Amino acid sequence: MNTDLKPVMLKVAEKQVHSASFSSLFFEFPMDFKPGQFVMAWIPGLDEKPYTISFHTPTRFAITVEAKGRFSKQAVAMAPGDLMGFRGPFGNGFNVHPSSHIAVVAGGCGMAPLAPLVETLEAQENRNLVLIHGARTKDFLLYPDRFATARKTCTDDGSQGHKGFVTALLEDEIRQRADWGSPGLDMVYACGPEIMMHAVFQICEAHDIPCQVSLERYMRCGFGVCGACVCGSQVVCKDGPVFGSASLRTMGDFNTTALLKSGQPVALSDYFSWRCQ
Amino acid sequence: MKTDFLGKTLSSPLVLASGVLGNNAAILERVHANGCGLPTMKSIGPAPRNGHHNPTVIDLGQGMINAVGLPTPGYLNMDREWAELENRQFPVNASIYGGSVAEFVQVAEFVAQKGPDYIELNISCPNSDQHGMIFGINPASSHAVVAAVKKVIGTIPLIAKLTPAAPDIGAIAAACEDGGADAICAINTAGPGMVIDIEAQMPVLAFKKGGLSGPMIKPVAVRCVYEIYQAVKIPIIGLGGITRGEDAVEILMAGASLVGMGTAVRYRGISVFNQVSKELDNWLTDHNTSLEKIIGAAHHPAMEGPHEHRS
Repeated sequence: MNTDLKPVMLKVAEKQVHSASFSSLFFEFPMDFKPGQFVMAWIPGLDEKPYTISFHTPTRFAITVEAKGRFSKQAVAMAPGDLMGFRGPFGNGFNVHPSSHIAVVAGGCGMAPLAPLVETLEAQENRNLVLIHGARTKDFLLYPDRFATARKTCTDDGSQGHKGFVTALLEDEIRQRADWGSPGLDMVYACGPEIMMHAVFQICEAHDIPCQVSLERYMRCGFGVCGACVCGSQVVCKDGPVFGSASLRTMGDFNTTALLKSGQPVALSDYFSWRCQ
Repeated sequence: MKTDFLGKTLSSPLVLASGVLGNNAAILERVHANGCGLPTMKSIGPAPRNGHHNPTVIDLGQGMINAVGLPTPGYLNMDREWAELENRQFPVNASIYGGSVAEFVQVAEFVAQKGPDYIELNISCPNSDQHGMIFGINPASSHAVVAAVKKVIGTIPLIAKLTPAAPDIGAIAAACEDGGADAICAINTAGPGMVIDIEAQMPVLAFKKGGLSGPMIKPVAVRCVYEIYQAVKIPIIGLGGITRGEDAVEILMAGASLVGMGTAVRYRGISVFNQVSKELDNWLTDHNTSLEKIIGAAHHPAMEGPHEHRS
């Protein structure tokens, strides 16, 4: 069945409320998917928005929504039996590299696209996985009991784990491995605020570690035609949303510029204040 | 496959359709590097405009339906793009639109100062009730907007982009030629059409209706280009559903001098320009002919005149 054409209408099968802000909506549907890909989720009569698939089994998937704007507030208010439309999955997804010393670095709800990747990596043998997760407060650390791998956490307010940013935990990890003579990291996956992903990228560049990050831009078609989400010469919905170190080095708009709905390029801070209205 | 077009040499006869990808200089450059002789910018309007809520673009398999709704930063808010385009190594076609002749003139006059290689008048977009298509379905309105814009853009060649919704597209093309257009670009999206989701019991597009593009409209495009070729002497950029080399051959035979693509990017990626260029070149070689020779080759005097069977 083609699911990347007009929306496939699905009933909410289950809603998991994670916290005051986050809920996951589950749908019984065999969505063809690889970690890091996204779907366009449609609430008829309201809007359609890109969401990463945050849970995936052969018969079931979920999106995780943070109640923030007009669309997301209505999405978290949905109940089992309510209809949502889906197109996708779109985008490239993470490249599951044959690396063995991996760090996954999540900022806040950046854990949503990374979670299926973590589960994929955990299912494979000979993986040494380090999981770093930071958020504003303890309540924003998504899926606290989901993974077999223990998590190194940090929060802006110190309510859980280290008080500070994920970059400090990543640098500690790199330094400790060097101090102890253990094998260094050979891949870092990151998703979170773009300023965080840029900082992670710079740390990786300084230590010669390849990394992959997942970007967000305003999207329309989802399949690389309309141009709404261009970031430099890259089309985020089609060439991305996951970009590796080689691409990131050439993307002047990474951590600096994004297009508004009108197509006007603005500073990333202005873009995010518009997106979070 | 180098091609001359209105006094400039293009690296290929393939054109990127307006509204597809052309949101910044870097992506236009990438499209050009992938075999597109003439990339077109997204239509530039008189004032900032967000376009419609999503869903705005849906792939129907045999083509797309879209109502993006002419988003634009507005011609006064594009300093970064103009700066990035200033030292470009590729030609650029600036598409513009307005809600009145005065607005078209205002945008055109400003854009002309920025040095695009061509200016394309979007008098054919179905996705706004106040802009575009209303100018392209009436010969007098088309003539008025073309003539007014021509006066303020100096020597920059002017292309009029037409809609297949016009009852007599040949008459519109002739009016544009008479008004001073240097070329015709045809066609913009067809319809508009509508797709209703029967589970949601609602039109899928937020704007309800949208323009059709891609393979499903190719016969409409070929017919329009054929009729325009008979109505005007100026060159035609033919587009609408062109996806492979043989499609390009077909629309060239209808009378196009250049061939545009947009929706084809959905089906074959940005490298579709290189692919179609190669396929076109192979076809011409296999048939021992040239691009120039096949332009308008489907027009036969014996087929003109009264077509009704006589009893």
